[in-house]
Amino acid sequence: MNCLECDATLSVPDDASVGEIISCPDCGADFEIAKKEGSNVELKQAESVGEDWGE
Amino acid sequence: MSKVCIVFDRLRAEEKMLQKEASDLGHATIMLDAKITQINTDSKRNDFDLGDVVLERCVSYFRGLHFTASLEFMDVPVLNKFDVANLCGNKMFMTLLLKKHNIPTPKTYFSFSSESASENIEKVGYPLVIKPVIGSWGRGVMPLKDKDTMDAILEIRDITDSPHDRIYYLQELVKRPPRDIRIITIGDRPIAAMYRKSTGGFKTNIALGADPELCEITKEMEEMATKASEAMGGGILGIDMMEDEEKGLVVHEVNNTVEFKGLARVSQQNIPKEIVEFALNYIRK
Repeated sequence: MNCLECDATLSVPDDASVGEIISCPDCGADFEIAKKEGSNVELKQAESVGEDWGE
Repeated sequence: MSKVCIVFDRLRAEEKMLQKEASDLGHATIMLDAKITQINTDSKRNDFDLGDVVLERCVSYFRGLHFTASLEFMDVPVLNKFDVANLCGNKMFMTLLLKKHNIPTPKTYFSFSSESASENIEKVGYPLVIKPVIGSWGRGVMPLKDKDTMDAILEIRDITDSPHDRIYYLQELVKRPPRDIRIITIGDRPIAAMYRKSTGGFKTNIALGADPELCEITKEMEEMATKASEAMGGGILGIDMMEDEEKGLVVHEVNNTVEFKGLARVSQQNIPKEIVEFALNYIRK
């Protein structure tokens, strides 16, 4: 699986779940795991941090 | 076996810990992404698999608040309740409520325009701390030490002009050791506490790199945390206190949708387990 920004190779840990964020080791772009069925993983651009985020 | 639904918008360590503890306790879990859930005015509880109780865990305050409103509309038990989330999410509402309940809190001044804020600050004198009424992780919290800083910050507020920028929340700068105290309360009961030590600046947020260190909960902390939780309406909360050199302990913040991975690193208590057990007891009452 390649980064949607810079085409670097992304590795998705086996125990990662839908909704988790993975970051590209090369360009730092964040992606959210949108779907995960076995080795079939779909990523989407992660939301950027919002003004109302946090505890 | 019960079913616990965890509503999220970004799956963090906390949500995974809650899922694991619920599962270890023998309960089923449903992980529901608020971002892809659609609700309408005819929606009924049975239209969704929401389990027996929902833990609302969105990282976005407004998303979580509005999602909670729709869950309560469908008569789904949710923690925290809408009213609690609404009060804790706004620093001005929260501060007023703390004071109303005679809980020691830093003196805070409010203005509703930049001109009035400027007058207010000049009248009270420096230093003060300006905080956005909505927002977390210490973002936008700035010390006001002189007129130049104040003018710059007020000008920026006038330019950005989001609805909450028109509310000026100005707090005394508390003289204290370079740390604050975070106490997690579950059902008005403090279960764990940590010191959050500043890494240099005056902010002590774990999100900014502050070091968590276990804090023994004293009788005074216990009473104040319980009172603060009761004032907000209970549930699962993070009570923040400072050690004011003159006034003693003061509560400066109560957090809804509390993050606990920093505290979980140092606490003997199993915080996610306590949360899951509380949620299940909550629906049995």
